[in-house]
Amino acid sequence: MNYFPDEVLEHVFDFVASHRDRNAVSLVCRLWHRVERLSRQRVFVGNCYALSPQILIARFPGLKSLTLKGKPHFADFNLVPHDWGGYVQPWIEALSNSRIGLEELRLKRMVVSDESLELLSRSFANFKSLVLVSCEGFTTVGLAAIAANCRFLRELDLQENEIDDHSGHWLSCFPDSCTSLISLNFACLKGEINLAALERLVARSPNLRSLRLNRAVPLETLQNILMRAPQLVDLGTGSYVHDPDSETYNKLKHTILKCKSIRNLSGFLEVAPRCLPAIYPICLNLTSLNLSYAAGIHGSELVKLIRHCAKLQRLWILDCIGDKGLEVVASTCKELQELRVFPSDPFGVGHAAVTENGLVAISVGCPKLHSLLYFCQQMTNAALIAVAKNCPNFIRFRLCILDPTKPDPVTMQPLDNGFGAIVQSCKRLRRLSLSGLLTDWVFLYIGMYAEQLEMLSVAFAGDSDKGMLYVLNGCKKLRKLEIRDSPFGNKALLTDVGKYETMRSLWMSSCEVTLGGCKTLAKEMPRLNVEIINEHDQMEIGSDEQRVEKMYLYRTLVGPRKDAPEFVWTL
Amino acid sequence: MQGVVGGGVGAVSGGGGSSTSGASMSTVSNEDNLVLSSEDSSSCLDESELELGLGLSLGVGMGACKAQQSLRGGQYARILTAKDFPYVGSSASASVSSSSSSSSSSSSSSLSRANVAGTKRSADSVAAANGASQVVGWPPIRAYRMNSLVNQAKLPATEVFNSLIVKSRNSNPAVGKGTSSACVNAKEKGQLRSSLFVKVNMDGIPIGRKVDLSSHRCYETLAQKLEDMFATSSTIMNSRRSGGEEHDMMVEATRPSKLLDGSSGFVLTYEDKEGDWMLVGDVPWGMFINSVRRLRIMRASEANGLAPRSEESNGGQRIKPI
Repeated sequence: MNYFPDEVLEHVFDFVASHRDRNAVSLVCRLWHRVERLSRQRVFVGNCYALSPQILIARFPGLKSLTLKGKPHFADFNLVPHDWGGYVQPWIEALSNSRIGLEELRLKRMVVSDESLELLSRSFANFKSLVLVSCEGFTTVGLAAIAANCRFLRELDLQENEIDDHSGHWLSCFPDSCTSLISLNFACLKGEINLAALERLVARSPNLRSLRLNRAVPLETLQNILMRAPQLVDLGTGSYVHDPDSETYNKLKHTILKCKSIRNLSGFLEVAPRCLPAIYPICLNLTSLNLSYAAGIHGSELVKLIRHCAKLQRLWILDCIGDKGLEVVASTCKELQELRVFPSDPFGVGHAAVTENGLVAISVGCPKLHSLLYFCQQMTNAALIAVAKNCPNFIRFRLCILDPTKPDPVTMQPLDNGFGAIVQSCKRLRRLSLSGLLTDWVFLYIGMYAEQLEMLSVAFAGDSDKGMLYVLNGCKKLRKLEIRDSPFGNKALLTDVGKYETMRSLWMSSCEVTLGGCKTLAKEMPRLNVEIINEHDQMEIGSDEQRVEKMYLYRTLVGPRKDAPEFVWTL
Repeated sequence: MQGVVGGGVGAVSGGGGSSTSGASMSTVSNEDNLVLSSEDSSSCLDESELELGLGLSLGVGMGACKAQQSLRGGQYARILTAKDFPYVGSSASASVSSSSSSSSSSSSSSLSRANVAGTKRSADSVAAANGASQVVGWPPIRAYRMNSLVNQAKLPATEVFNSLIVKSRNSNPAVGKGTSSACVNAKEKGQLRSSLFVKVNMDGIPIGRKVDLSSHRCYETLAQKLEDMFATSSTIMNSRRSGGEEHDMMVEATRPSKLLDGSSGFVLTYEDKEGDWMLVGDVPWGMFINSVRRLRIMRASEANGLAPRSEESNGGQRIKPI
């Protein structure tokens, strides 16, 4: 393939954007591999322990944007102990010692320290964008370093991180010369904010498109900000509380009318429902609405609001909207593609906030729906079968019945048939989360029909090893499998060990897998890290017959990690 | 636990499987050492019958097995108890003990508080109707989101009220209708019901009252409402009742309650779903709302030496009339 000079190849590859496509391109031949890697600017690393920073730097010297993910997904639900790992420090150190001109860093479920942020801010002159999702370990001191030192910062996006808030000072650390901000999201900060500094920052950021405030920003400040930034496309309000008869509120109503570009609305971390009418005018143009933290909006007010949002494509809400409210969504939001319904009362019982009826109504009214996360009190097979018929386009289907082993309440049957219908009908399904009473049958169906499935989450399901085997054998594209509290043991684990090298990772906790089984697996597959998390018997070496509480295995190029804490054994 | 035999747990494969019934028992029935025959159901769960069953009219091929399945369904649809979740206690304690220094300690400890509280409940209960509150990491909600739910339930109504201009039309002392936030959040968050009236009895008073719990969102306002209700008895009164109904909402909300700090000689207790009498104030408001059946204002002397929950704000401060 020497027909074209490298520059031409490179130019062609510029049009190949997605990571997977570029990875495929790099496998064609040595020449393509070389051209591709030298021209690659954006790299996605799904598991930070699968390779080392050195390997990354050697292969992609032109790296500008790096995405890294650390802890396993179940860490979100406190199933992974605190010091498990996922530190970004070695990455930043290695990158700063190299000649890489990093411009963008996106981290998910990683441990980020203030030192790391400080080092980051000082090492890359052109650094433009920092996105932290579900990370921890840093404070506003680290944020201050980013603000102060990144002269061309365009994006600082903090999503659902646990941040120790020492003071609102960090906002003042943006120098007066910083006028490049396009996106600023600090909604997850819990502490006070220097409001005047915020207003000044907004005033000198003409390119600001996305702004998400935290709870400490009151409505008056919101009004001032919107006056200065009517060009906003994405707005997250902080505290949305005021007296609706006040002058401030009146001013807000008028100011909002000028914000014709807002397409994405979120926040309302505190809310006075009687002030909601001010935002009705912008609801008409909204394509994305996230009210999942707006616990102060009652079901009926929620519904009133949604009636204005005819163009909505993405909606995240709390289940206090109720089945009736979902019917309103179904009749109003015909363009809906993504829906997430979160529980407002996760430990509550009995009060049926949303049930299968709401979901069926949505499926009838919103045929374009392709992504769903639905927490509900109950689900029936009939409903799932109807949903499968109405919405064959699901890419992500995540159902969470709050009682984890609840059967179909009408027939008392397991939900195998319902989920079976989903996987059979939705040929493009890539992600699936199961719940409710489930036997091995559901896994048989998944293995048979879910050909595009990449990620599967299983909890309290199945009867025997066969269940897990159906999935491992049938789902050729499976990349991530996470299982908890299900009766899968060594036979399921060990029947096809080669499979795990085709996957990113496997998590099994509270299953039937034993220490001996894990040891066998680790021995046969040296390119996997088989990690056992043992929280109680710290250093006791149990017998091989002992069941393993938590096992996390993943493919890796670099062998056992050196930063594993005491309670993690890599076999 | 009664053992339900039959409807083989392990058997999905057709005939003569090498189904490992020993190792593959469902964790649900772990503790029970159920001996489940794998042969009974193999006939109807033969894979060759699978073809009939699939398609959107799933269930056709399963007709023959309905009896079996409903038996199995019956077996599964039993009430989950603490025995079914053998790791709950240990995991909860692990999450409590594992956090020491960093910023996530607040998140894991506040969540583990919720979990540990749930664990205590599960240990006490014989027939826990809801498995969801007893299992670590369930429901699968990101810890950050869970923490903001829990925190909203416990927010006292303080600075937010102070920053509001409360107009006369908002003088309705029935809290929860105001334009403010923090407590509204707690109310709206959990209170899906439109009203939740529970009986309240006070020792020494033969006639009881009823109070609407869903119009409150924190313990302070509830206690004050109760104090108002039973104000005719001189015991808790000592009042600060300077004239009837016009309580400035701000003051109403921030005054510490005598009922809650025990200075009145009475203790506020409630009967929960399981029939136990518990001290009001230990668990987050949302959890309390979901388990309370009725209230009783008990003489402290009868409360068997229960120490009332002491308000952090109290310290040694006594409540002065306004």
